[in-house]
Amino acid sequence: MADASLLRDSRLDALGRLAAPLGRFAALLTIALALFAAVLVLFGRNPLRAYADIFSSTLGSAYGVSETLVKMTPLILTALAAAVPSRIWLINVGGEGQLFVGALCATWAAIHLDGLPSFLLLTIMAALGFLGGGLWAAIAGGLRAGGWVSETISTLLMNYVAILLVNFLVFGPWKDPDGVNYPQTVEFAAGAILPMLGGTRVHLGLVFALVATIVCAFLLARTRWGLEVRAIGGNAEAARRNGIPIERYVLVTMLIGGGLAGLAGMAEVSAIQGRLRPSLSPGYGYSGFLISWMAGGHPAGIVAAAFVLAVITAGGDILQMTQALPGSVVNILMAVVLFVVLARQAGRP
Amino acid sequence: MNTPPPLLTLRGITKSFPGVLANDRVDLDVHRGEVHAIVGENGAGKSTLMKILYGFHRPDAGEIELDGRPIRLDTPHAARRCGIGMVFQELVQVPALTVVENIALFLPDLPVVVDGAAIATRIRETAERYGLAVPPAAPLWQLSVGEQQRVEIVKLLLADARILILDEPTRSLAPHEVDGLFRIFANLRRDGYAIVFIAHKLREVLACADRVTVLRRGVVAGSLRRDEATAAMLVSLMFGALVAEPVPRATTTARPGTAPILQLERVSVPPLGHGPGLAEIDLAIRPHEILGVAGVAGNGQRELGDVILGLEPCRRGTKFLGGEDATRWPVAKMRAHGVVFIPEDARRLAAVGGLTVLENLALGDTRRYARAGGFAIDWDAARADLDRALERLGVSIASPDRPIDALSGGNVQRVILARELARDPRLIVAFYPMRGLDVRSAMAARALLLRARDAGAGVLLISEDLDELFALSDRLIVLFRGRIVGSGVPAPPGGRPGELALDEVGYLMTGAERRARG
Repeated sequence: MADASLLRDSRLDALGRLAAPLGRFAALLTIALALFAAVLVLFGRNPLRAYADIFSSTLGSAYGVSETLVKMTPLILTALAAAVPSRIWLINVGGEGQLFVGALCATWAAIHLDGLPSFLLLTIMAALGFLGGGLWAAIAGGLRAGGWVSETISTLLMNYVAILLVNFLVFGPWKDPDGVNYPQTVEFAAGAILPMLGGTRVHLGLVFALVATIVCAFLLARTRWGLEVRAIGGNAEAARRNGIPIERYVLVTMLIGGGLAGLAGMAEVSAIQGRLRPSLSPGYGYSGFLISWMAGGHPAGIVAAAFVLAVITAGGDILQMTQALPGSVVNILMAVVLFVVLARQAGRP
Repeated sequence: MNTPPPLLTLRGITKSFPGVLANDRVDLDVHRGEVHAIVGENGAGKSTLMKILYGFHRPDAGEIELDGRPIRLDTPHAARRCGIGMVFQELVQVPALTVVENIALFLPDLPVVVDGAAIATRIRETAERYGLAVPPAAPLWQLSVGEQQRVEIVKLLLADARILILDEPTRSLAPHEVDGLFRIFANLRRDGYAIVFIAHKLREVLACADRVTVLRRGVVAGSLRRDEATAAMLVSLMFGALVAEPVPRATTTARPGTAPILQLERVSVPPLGHGPGLAEIDLAIRPHEILGVAGVAGNGQRELGDVILGLEPCRRGTKFLGGEDATRWPVAKMRAHGVVFIPEDARRLAAVGGLTVLENLALGDTRRYARAGGFAIDWDAARADLDRALERLGVSIASPDRPIDALSGGNVQRVILARELARDPRLIVAFYPMRGLDVRSAMAARALLLRARDAGAGVLLISEDLDELFALSDRLIVLFRGRIVGSGVPAPPGGRPGELALDEVGYLMTGAERRARG
């Protein structure tokens, strides 16, 4: 935790550094939960019961915890996809599309290189997933660096392109001939499946996510490039006059961010789905963006917020069963969280 | 002598920020019809005191009385209701709106339907009475800094301010504009307005103030009537026992015929935004030479500096650095080849607020401190360089690990100056480098510029302070509307051809065709 929190400032007291964002985070969460409780009351449900169900089902058993960790994995990575570019005030809302392109590139390797040894194949899949998502985001980065298109708009629109591209492939050339007309590719060979940890569905992707968080924190806090990124984020005009190549950093931070989202896509398609499907992600890219904003780009906060959102997502299924509420009611909770976060951003001096 | 009770009384004002005691039991009396100057070193607490008066900061302790009644100034709004108005260093206006609209925005009695003509009339009446010439219908962006400042003053007068606070009002003004401002002060004084202003140039203070209060490290070191004050006394109050060094004199050490470090050949830049651009600029800076650039702000100085630094491309023409064609070099390459930049507003253009002083130093040349291919930064080396650089400038910064935001504006300027001059530059591009520095730091900065020149650097010194330009420059050029309209060696009046006298530069700066001699 201490390592990860280096992102903000390496020279303040470690406790004080963690206390402020975590306190803010807890306050935001409390407000959001209270608002959602009001919604539940409107539906004639007991909010305390509902929250008890959510927490006991997700955190009350080893299975529940493992499922929460499974959900956390892509969320951490897509949150980093938004957080890294946000350090120089870029708004990457394209995590979803970058995740799909990463999954698509990894699938290509899984289908076409299935004869390779597992270790090599998984390495290639991860590399292609990272590169695919990264280059997809770098297109938006390049358009921004040249001063042509706002990255907010281009990353958002490219989400649709990416999802449609995956649809095109799974409905067309990559469709599983034995799939009874389901839009999906053939099932991956065993060598293309990421190893699971301890007999659960928790997979190596979680390690990717945690390592990526620490690496990003280290790069930003300790290295020359991190210093230059913080300089651009702090005062772009001064950075430009100090000879820091801002355009290059726009490209690179978008590439890294998109790459991490692509890695999330690779992990999902390999470890969870085992084949490419259009239903690959229930909006992990957007949730990741939300997490990044909730955490203010702070790495420890990202892990914490990803955990909370994973609980909410996993708990949504439970609400459906125990409270006879529509499964989409959890989207209301997510929306409430988003509103609270946005309200804080607007209220900031 | 029987003086009437003061209009505004401050007693025991104390304000601390984390790690700094900015004001320590400050007492201040401001009378009707008084021009009251506040002077002091950078970081002495002048701006803090003014911001307390305007309700920006709440004092930790102390009382404020207006007309003998205690008042609370918790917000600028409260201060305005008490008749206290402030003109900021950075002017706070809406560039796209006209003068009338900008002023109307501020009026306390603004009706729902804005009667522009009536406001324009009020503006004209007030402006005429006090010599505040402003064009009511012009959009703000067309106005010079001096005019914008006059708009601010008119705005405060129309909003019924009785006490006007001005934070370094002469900072961005050309010499003749400063004289104009002081005439306005005199007119306002006649009608009983009280004026409190921060200043750095003692000559200006002595020219117009009735009373001078000296702050030193947050404490009032002394408050003198104009007839008691001399420059020497003020300096000794500001700095303690320090004896003022004589300002170093410029002596030309450039050898004619040596290859220039920087050469511009017919460089043109199209007008951008509100700037005039540059037209057919030819200039050369040789080693061991300070080239002064005189001109009223906004006549192409920014463009000239940006073109040299590589921030702005040349539309036409060629730029040579050390004989190499550097026309298309990016900023990083220019800096790597020994070009350094001292901006007029270090906080905005050179320092990164959220980073520490030390990190800001490292930003001057990140490659130099990078270790392990960039994966680590040698903070010990950066710290040693910072200490050495600050020592050369003769200042100390309490804690290099604090965010640079926490320093006063003058101290930020000092840190940046120290950082840039520590890089053993070949070419120094200095924009108004002494602006915002107190007397002692300005002296140290001048000495450093001269030392860098003597060590073989070329210096482009852009300034509006003609005294400074004449004291430091080996050669002078005058910019007007993006063109070089005069050049020569600075000289006393009536010099030989090829020499420029002070009065002649003054005329050239303002675009007057008349030359001092035929």
